[in-house]
Amino acid sequence: MSDHVNAEQLWSKPPVIENRWLRWGITLVVLVYAFFAIRSFEIDIPRIIIGLDRGYDMLLAFLRPDFVARQTHIVRGVLESVAMTATATLLGVILSIPLSFGAARNLSPLPVYLVCRSILMIVRSLHVVVLAILFVVMVGFGPFAGAVTLGFNSIGFLGKLLAEDIENTNEESMEAVRATGGSWLQVVIYAVWPQVVTRFIGLSIYRLDINFRQSTVIGLVGAGGIGAVLDTAMGRYDYNTAAAILIVIIAIVLAGEYVSSSIRRRLT
Amino acid sequence: MPVVQKDGVSNWIRRDPKDSMRNYLKWLGGAIVVLIAARYIGAQTIWGFVLDAPAQAADFVSRSVPPDITYFRRVLPALWDTVNIAVFGTAGAVVVAIPTALLAARNTTPHSSLRALALTIIVVSRSVNSLIWALLIVQVVGPGLFAGVLAIGIRSVGMISKLMYESIEEINREPIEAISATGAGRTQVFLYGYVPQLLPVFVGVTVYRWEVNIRESTIIGIVGGGGVGFLLNSAINRLAWDQALVVLIAILATVVLAESISAKVRAAVT
Repeated sequence: MSDHVNAEQLWSKPPVIENRWLRWGITLVVLVYAFFAIRSFEIDIPRIIIGLDRGYDMLLAFLRPDFVARQTHIVRGVLESVAMTATATLLGVILSIPLSFGAARNLSPLPVYLVCRSILMIVRSLHVVVLAILFVVMVGFGPFAGAVTLGFNSIGFLGKLLAEDIENTNEESMEAVRATGGSWLQVVIYAVWPQVVTRFIGLSIYRLDINFRQSTVIGLVGAGGIGAVLDTAMGRYDYNTAAAILIVIIAIVLAGEYVSSSIRRRLT
Repeated sequence: MPVVQKDGVSNWIRRDPKDSMRNYLKWLGGAIVVLIAARYIGAQTIWGFVLDAPAQAADFVSRSVPPDITYFRRVLPALWDTVNIAVFGTAGAVVVAIPTALLAARNTTPHSSLRALALTIIVVSRSVNSLIWALLIVQVVGPGLFAGVLAIGIRSVGMISKLMYESIEEINREPIEAISATGAGRTQVFLYGYVPQLLPVFVGVTVYRWEVNIRESTIIGIVGGGGVGFLLNSAINRLAWDQALVVLIAILATVVLAESISAKVRAAVT
């Protein structure tokens, strides 16, 4: 930094990019990009001014949430979300265990490994809402589609993380079981599984928490749960009920996060 | 580890009776909850449709192959919109998130009531999915890209400022004390004590969130937020599966590309 210190001048911070041309060049590119991007947004000022009245109504509704008028629907929506979450997590756990054993390089031959890894990758890259749309088309509207969607979505998450845990297990205990003449299955049961099970239970509980959050959105595309009730309320411009539903969602998400993180802290 | 005496021989067992009872009840409870849940869902399911699923799946695989390549001409501009939604949603969120995080962190907040306010903003923004935010915002600003930017932005404020305020609270105190010891004012302590430590974390968090937002903005169009999700929704509504497949491929490619860019940038800053 000595070249920035001068007896006559005060020190000033050196710029992040030393080359002046590059610095101004990047600034120019960013500005041009921003100009074209913002123009493409086609912000419709008159429409927004009309909409602001509605926004104001929405804000007012949040001060007076109406839990009562559509109470049965809200309760049913929440129960549906919870039911979807529970079954989907179990489905995800059951399906992800064999997949993750297949996707662990230290347990499976290369062809099995590649197949399982690519299944996990494809499932992971599909957004939960896209999955929900596909399953709604396949099995019809309602919580069944939601449960299957969330179950599939869980596989990618649980499978990948469990596979990584299995790959990180202690090689020596596997050798010890093999040395006693243990078969592949016995190696898995007595050497691998005890090493990963605690973290897997932690991950499953974390996934339970995520699944509930996800269950609130997939209702928007017809996969049941509280999201469907919210969609209906918004469609009827019934902001007081929508506000109540949002408050319920936020409360349950927070409670779920608290419970899941405290259980996971106790596990480790 | 309990040991039981039986006929004069010590035997090791994994759990003593009380422990194993508790364990058994835990699993039983879990099983009952799942069974009730499954029955509840089953009661609302039209099984005819479910049994039909394999046929349906085979049907849309056969309809979607070969994909309608010419549809890329419509998909590409929509992808450009999608990327813009993610970039501007993230940028806008960062602008709001930095002051929110400073207010929410215990060591930089000016007052505990402001901290409570900031934490409330973070919780509300974070607990509601961006698709639900979009649903609300579309009714205010009308459907389109701008609604998408706002929805993605509002959700990201909470996500970004949570990670930021946690990193502010875990900051290394020593450089800050060193700067204060030179007689620096509050702004100088902030600029030369806090900023250099936080900048890499903030850049990392921002880039990571941008990657997540690329994912979210590909589907935000489904509820009227603009971008490529709108095309996906309309293709599915028209049962044009060959076009839907093109959109899905485009989404996949964009997400993979964004993921690798984000991983490179994050590796560079940390």
